Amino acid sequence: MSTMLQVTGLSHRYGTGEHAHVAVNDLTFTVETGELSCIVGPSGCGKSTLLRCISGLITPTGGEVSLHGDRVTGVPEDLAVVFQDYSRSLFPWLTVRQNVEFPLRWKKSRAERRERSEEALEWVSLPGVGGKYPWQLSGGMQQRVSIARALARRPALLLMDEPFASVDAQTRFELEDLLRSVQLQHGSTILLVTHDIDESVYLGDRVLVLSKSPARIVADLPVDLPAERHQITTRESANFVSLRAEVARLLQGGTPAEPAAGVVSEKPS
Amino acid sequence: MRPIVRNLAGLAGFLLLWEAVVRLGLVPEREVPPASVVLARTVSLLGDEPFLRDVIATVLAWAIALGTAIVIAVPAGLLLGSLPGLRVATRAIVEFLRPIPSVALIPLVILVVGGGPESKIALAIYAAIWPILYNAIYAFDEIDSLLIDTARSCGAGRMRILASVALPHAAPFIFTGIRMSAAIGLIVVVSTEFIAGAAAGIGQFILAATSGGGRMDLVLAGTVVAGLLGYLINDGLERLGRRLFRWHTATTAEAM
Ligand SMILES: Nc1ncnc2c1ncn2[C@@H]1O[C@H](COP(=O)(O)OP(=O)(O)O)[C@@H](O)[C@H]1O
Ligand SMILES: [Mg+2]
Repeated sequence: MSTMLQVTGLSHRYGTGEHAHVAVNDLTFTVETGELSCIVGPSGCGKSTLLRCISGLITPTGGEVSLHGDRVTGVPEDLAVVFQDYSRSLFPWLTVRQNVEFPLRWKKSRAERRERSEEALEWVSLPGVGGKYPWQLSGGMQQRVSIARALARRPALLLMDEPFASVDAQTRFELEDLLRSVQLQHGSTILLVTHDIDESVYLGDRVLVLSKSPARIVADLPVDLPAERHQITTRESANFVSLRAEVARLLQGGTPAEPAAGVVSEKPS
Repeated sequence: MRPIVRNLAGLAGFLLLWEAVVRLGLVPEREVPPASVVLARTVSLLGDEPFLRDVIATVLAWAIALGTAIVIAVPAGLLLGSLPGLRVATRAIVEFLRPIPSVALIPLVILVVGGGPESKIALAIYAAIWPILYNAIYAFDEIDSLLIDTARSCGAGRMRILASVALPHAAPFIFTGIRMSAAIGLIVVVSTEFIAGAAAGIGQFILAATSGGGRMDLVLAGTVVAGLLGYLINDGLERLGRRLFRWHTATTAEAM
């Protein structure tokens, strides 16, 4: 496996002087190619800030980010972001298809754009809605459109900022499984942040646990669950239960429980 | 269909009342001719070539003024909307200029641009700029930062964001401004023709009918045509807006 993302000593401070607020403090980690990494941390700890630094939307005040070895200075070509708030992130004046084609607008021919958007909409199980407008769809479908738009760009790295936090529980389960299966099929590299412990363990090949603000990495846990997950059986499994307990303990400020960490990393998959 | 029927019923009621008031002698018929006479005069005027030339002169001046106001106000609104510093720096002058009634500027404008159709056009431009400018500033200022971030993360640069995010986002607001300006522009063109005189125009026609014999039937018929024109323009723009910005009505209705 090669390293897709390298984050080194990343810090970000909003404002200056008296009003300065350190949102992220000295984060260092890597994401390997083909991996689905979850970052879990309490609300307000700096998760969105971290993703915005990685995606080049803001320039971090300290440290650096590199994507497949290239230092990130602006928004990289082969990176895509899915935001939590799909209703504010889809362009309401564009149809679903035009939204999905948006990142390709200036790069691909009309025919190629059409082909890619059809394909991406199929990946997220939304065939045949290309002509509708986002606001004619349910919340879950709108978030599928956002995901399709991100995939249409064929990103080397897909960043997701609490993508399922605004949909109902049933839809969230569907979207989680959809994401896992798309990732397995295409070997995509995904970095997803969430405040939801269960979600981080259910989705991730690995969970990075962040501290309260300013975010520091408290633990980096491999998730030893089968690649194919199941909303009921996976969540019932002993591994899942002990891992989520471990993450919960870490989030409450505890130190990693040695035996649990040992069990998790030594069990064969 | 219902509201249209109700509107027409209201209009018919008004015309009947007008007719009755005049026929009962509550107002002298010489000063206010009855509705039937005025309507008949209106119909015959619409087939009258010199009068149609007046209508065309007014509509032309209105269209030029509105077009020019759009061309000035939209970029200015974009600039002021996206540069808060500039907006603050120009606030005093804008707030001073905006409430000045256009007709108060007639002497100044005639002095500067002369008494031709340029003067009514200039005044209508002045009056029409403000609603468009205000709506444009608001729209460009209010744009959701997440939408911009989305576009940036899709690889769009500044100019592309302007063209494919800021403008479409602002378009329905700007269009509302244009609709308001369209009405104001027409009022200013006709009043300038009436107050300052003009070579041609509905206001000029009304002025001519007022002086001399004082043909009130013609005065009122001219007024009815001006009102009709305003109604048609507003109705047309409203239909166009509903068609173009269906996404806007749909999303704002959902948010409420
Ligand atoms: N643009 C900003 N300016 C100033 N402070 C900000 C800004 N964005 C976020 N913050 C602050 O930084 C902290 C981390 O925010 P954020 O990264 O959004 O956290 P999370 O996504 O984990 O909830 C919060 O305290 C928040 O108030
Ligand atoms: Mg956040």
